[in-house]
Formats: sequence, C-alpha cells, structure tokens
Amino acid sequence: MAAKKLQIALYWGAACGGCDVAVLDTNEFILTVGEAADIRLWPIAADGKYQDIEAMADGELDLSLFNGAVRNSENEHIAKLLRRKSKLLVAFGSCAHLGGIPGLANLTSKEDIFATAYLGNASIEPGNRTVPHPKTQVNGHSLEIPAFYRRVYRLSDVVDVDYFVPGCPPEPSQIKNVLLAVVKGELPPKKSVVGASERTLCDDCARRKTEKKVKRFYRPWEIIQDPERCLLEQGIVCMGPATRSGCGVRCPNSNQGCRGCYGPAPGVVDHGAKFLSAISSIIDSKDPKEIDAILGTLPDFIGIAYRFGLPASILQRRHGA
Amino acid sequence: MSYEPKLVGFLCNWCSYTGADLAGTSRIQYPPNIRIIRVMCSARIDPSFILQSLGKGADGVLICGCHPGDCHYSEGNYKAMRRYPLLKRLLDAYGIEHERVRLEWVSASEGQRFADVVADMTERLRALGPCRVKTALATDQIER
Ligand code: FES
Repeated sequence: MAAKKLQIALYWGAACGGCDVAVLDTNEFILTVGEAADIRLWPIAADGKYQDIEAMADGELDLSLFNGAVRNSENEHIAKLLRRKSKLLVAFGSCAHLGGIPGLANLTSKEDIFATAYLGNASIEPGNRTVPHPKTQVNGHSLEIPAFYRRVYRLSDVVDVDYFVPGCPPEPSQIKNVLLAVVKGELPPKKSVVGASERTLCDDCARRKTEKKVKRFYRPWEIIQDPERCLLEQGIVCMGPATRSGCGVRCPNSNQGCRGCYGPAPGVVDHGAKFLSAISSIIDSKDPKEIDAILGTLPDFIGIAYRFGLPASILQRRHGA
Repeated sequence: MSYEPKLVGFLCNWCSYTGADLAGTSRIQYPPNIRIIRVMCSARIDPSFILQSLGKGADGVLICGCHPGDCHYSEGNYKAMRRYPLLKRLLDAYGIEHERVRLEWVSASEGQRFADVVADMTERLRALGPCRVKTALATDQIER
C-alpha cells in the first residue's frame, strides 16, 4: 500500500458515457494516472462497489470526478456519498456542470416522459401498463430501483462542488491539464471553472469575420458553406459569441456551428439569453413581419439556446401546469 | 390577499423616459404598479434582464424605446425589435405567457400614450394573474 498514491473515484450520474470515454481518450496518460493513483471507483472501466466507498473514512478520497446530471435517487445518493468521502469534488462535463442534454427534460414532465417511454411508444404492446416503480413485491421479496425525480439537477444543486470542468465531453487535453494541476496542487480558487478558457469561442475561432447580416438561417445540410468564413455570417447557427472557449474550437473547425457545450462565457448570466441577443442582432431587417419570417427559419429555439444548460438558466425549467 | 400586478419597465433615456417624465409633469394619472428602470437605449436591455425580472417576482415587463428611425444611437431600437419575437418564443417554451412582456415605442412627447400603455398593461396583468415563477423556483428546489 503506497500511502502517497492519489485516491480517486470517477462516477457517472445521468450521462451517456461520453465523459468516461473522454477520460480513456487521454490514452497512455490514463495509464500514468493509474501508476500515480488508486482508482477506487469507476463504474464504466474498473471494479469497485458502493459499499467499499461507504466503508471509507470521510475525506479519504483525494479527488472525485462526477459526470452526468442528477436525475434519480441513486445519482443523488452517490453525489452525497462522494462529497463526504472526497477532499475535492469536481463536476465533470456539461451534465454535471449545467444539467447537459438530460436537462432538456425539464421542458416536459415526469408523467409525459413515462407515458412516452413506457406507454405510448409504437413498439409497446397496446394496453401494456408496465411502468417502473421504485418498489415492487415479487414472490414475497421487495425489490427496489432508484426513484426517478421530477426534474434534472446539476451536481451543484444537490452538493457543494469544488470545481467545474465543462464540455460535452471535456477535451482530453484539458482533462490532462486538470489532473496534472491536482497532482501538483496548482488549482485556482475553489468554485472556478477549470480545464477551459476565459475567452469566448469566437475569440479563438480562426474563421474570417466581417459583417453579420442574414436574411435567413440554414440547417448545416441546407447550404454549401464557405469553410473560411464565420458560420453566423452564412446563416448557420453557431453559439460561439455566447460560449466559453477551451474546446479547441472543434465544431467550427469541423464545419459545424458551436453547440455551446462549454457553457456560458465568463460573465454571462444566462447562456440562452446572451445567445438570443447575438443571433437577433445579425438579422438583416427593420420590418417586424420580415423579422418574424427570418426567425421562422430558426427551429426549436429553446432547444438551441439551452442545449446543455437548461437547469442552469435563470428560469431553469418549464413553468405552469 | 388582493393581487396587485408588479410591472417592471425598462425605458430608454432619450425618448421613453422623457415621455414618462412628461406624463408626470403633465399630472397625467396612471397606475402606480410600474417600477421604472432607466437605461440609455432599448438595445441595452439584455434579454437576461427580462428573464431575471420574471424570475425575481415581476408579473410583467414593459420595454420602451424610441420609435423606429428615432433611436438616439440610430439602430438600437431595431436590435430590441429583433430580440422581442424570439424572446416571446422563449417564454412560450418556458410555459410563461408571453403577454407578460411587451415592447412599445414611446416618444418624448407621448406622455399620454405612456400612461395609457401602463394602464392597459396593468389591467392585462391583473387579468392574467400573478406570475408564479419566483415562488416556484424558491419552493421546488430538489423536488423528488
Ligand atoms: S435611445 Fe431610445 S431606443 Fe435607442
């Protein structure tokens, strides 16, 4: 037992697994982490039981990377457990940081989600009423599954979080930087966003920017784009002006608009509201009717504006009945 | 408890605020439900101000700027004009009645018009009832 080895845990809440894969994408580096650290829990890649974590002393873990949103009672239980057992708890990736793609479920209700998934889907036998319940009795035994919450939460909604690593998923090179900073003890003040930049994506984007004036918006497949020119100027939706940089401008470099996964740029209170300002200002019209028509070419605006962070927005979720 | 709508008004300095001032100096009566915030131009009204107002307890938000063509900074009010339809769509998607937010052009000489707009909007908000967002956000943290 090398007492000096870093004790770490990685966990996934409501997540797709991409964040864990991004950690594996650090390639050989993850092996050196394995030498410098004991990975005590990592459901996707290593053995390790919840009971082992429960048996630890408080603060025994040096670092926990929590990816995924908090969607059910298991996610919350592990979030609280890891918080207790860890010196540093990091919200890792868009879902833990801002709610992520699962956070869009806050535009609908638990009942509607269940009805779609378990009752209304075309592949479900008509009349089938099987919906999961937290507790079931089978042959005199009581079986339990995690309870599905009414909403999706960010990690910081349920526990105190020390650092935030944005990205869907975080860039492998940024993950390395964060892990090295932990090892060397060179972390910035707590509550900071780490593994990202303090600029906007546009600041780092190499595309040529001139005047932005558009008469309509295009889905990426509707237009042959100029690979050198700003995407917004070509009417292709790009979240760059409102979004924090740090990803290496990967999407615009691959001819796709930024989708905003690194979250709001520093100083921005509401990612979607800032994007709303940016996108409205490029519309080339002074006529309310024409403006309406141009905006009509922009589908599912709330889904674009808060693709990775609805639970982190000012209004957080759908209101009303 | 009887419900009095809380209306937040963002008024541009050059036309609309002067118009509201004229309503005052002309002793035109209008409902005291509005809380006016003076900004330099209607373009200065970041959409987050509006979301924040609703999130912090406003029942409605009124945005006033110079008439199209009259903005002191020549193009500012067109920016407000372009944001407004998208903001309404956003509110609908959030399940909040978009009638709670209204954009009006009020010139420096339109004191009466300003008073009429405030009176009309106050009545509409009264009919809509209180905006529940603030209480909902305060009470439902971790609703399981
Ligand atoms: S100054 Fe009045 S709208 Fe710009």
